Amino acid sequence: MKASAGGYARANDVPHALQLLALAGAAGRILAGGQSLVAAMNMRLSDGDMLVDITRIGALRGVTDTGDSLHIGALTRHAEVGTDPLIRTHAPLLTEAVHHIAHAAIRNRGTIGGALAHADPAAEFPACAVALGAVIHAEGPEGARQILAEDFFEGVFTTALAENEILTAISVPKADAAETQIMEEVARRGGDYALTGLCLVRRAAGHRVAVFSAGPAPVLARAAMAALDAGDIDGAVAALQAELDPPSDTQASAGYRRHIAGVLLRRAVERSGGQGA
Amino acid sequence: MTLAFSDRIDVALVVNGEPVEARVPAGQHLVDFLRLELGLTGAHASCEHGVCGACTVRVDGQAVRGCLMLAAQADGADVWTVEGLTEAGGSADLQAAFVDRNALQCGFCTPGMIVAAEDLLARGGVPARAEIRAHLSGNYCRCTGYEAIVDAVEQVARTRAGKGTA
Repeated sequence: MKASAGGYARANDVPHALQLLALAGAAGRILAGGQSLVAAMNMRLSDGDMLVDITRIGALRGVTDTGDSLHIGALTRHAEVGTDPLIRTHAPLLTEAVHHIAHAAIRNRGTIGGALAHADPAAEFPACAVALGAVIHAEGPEGARQILAEDFFEGVFTTALAENEILTAISVPKADAAETQIMEEVARRGGDYALTGLCLVRRAAGHRVAVFSAGPAPVLARAAMAALDAGDIDGAVAALQAELDPPSDTQASAGYRRHIAGVLLRRAVERSGGQGA
Repeated sequence: MTLAFSDRIDVALVVNGEPVEARVPAGQHLVDFLRLELGLTGAHASCEHGVCGACTVRVDGQAVRGCLMLAAQADGADVWTVEGLTEAGGSADLQAAFVDRNALQCGFCTPGMIVAAEDLLARGGVPARAEIRAHLSGNYCRCTGYEAIVDAVEQVARTRAGKGTA
């Protein structure tokens, strides 16, 4: 089908984008890489949007080292995240995640900010943000604010972002020297959405496990994390499966997703050099 | 700075090396603009939600989905379609390899395949077959079963890398 947009405007900078968004009211929609939004518009899942194109705002692109963390601009494209040397060194989970995201042509356009703001339950970057303990940066008419990733994702395509706010960046704590970061997922074909996926971070402060495509939002599996901290892999798998309440759909049953999550946790722990799987 | 939304947007871009100026509807995607306004029907509008890859074109040096980019966003862009690549001749060896290897049957996916494969070949070297498959995983072909397409891309990579034909 063909998209039906209500209007289009190109923002020069963040204040301009916020003004346009305020003007558009409920119909306002931020357009970045467009890899989910334009598809939704073409399918008429979204109709009459007043599009605020932010892709020309140079300040929202690129990766900077801010000392303890990396600041990744919202418009940084998946392909750029995948090849960025700072990210590879300090947040390798994101580098690995890019290989699982869609296809080359989509990675060339899609942006990390768009993926986070869109909050697809099957997407990789939201779960990475939760697993890494990242912070989401937003700007609105009242000014800028920061939201912890684990508080940001509220449900299917739903975040803590207000209608009049723009996601401007994500900052990710730098990995400590002995930290391991691993992503595992099961998909039918390369580039498909995960049937279920899992991020494992093992750092000095303890383990962090986030599961995606197993609920309306990424799940921070606290009981599994505590079991891993105690060195109990079997306990962690059992705890993880108890923590998840995945949906059954045409792609996979709830039971299968729960099973796969346990398998992925064992694989991730094995790859991290931890207790045998 | 203007505080106005438009339902028709003025764009100036370069398509296949030729400057183009146009006024495009806000919701029109790039591949419809190329096909309906410029008559460049090589890239195909098929699934129109980013799954099949038949609309793949080159924008600012990179392969992108023509159905997932609005024409309005192409303002200032350098766009190449299979027509331009054919005319410029740089893909002649890849196109010949597709014919030699029977890497196309109905041909519907081929323009997108060529652009996507060139995206990989531009990196140089000879990619592993698994890498070729992964790179083309977003381009559907319902005729060939992909084996011949991977053969063609691999052969051209070898030839271009000066390692002779397989």
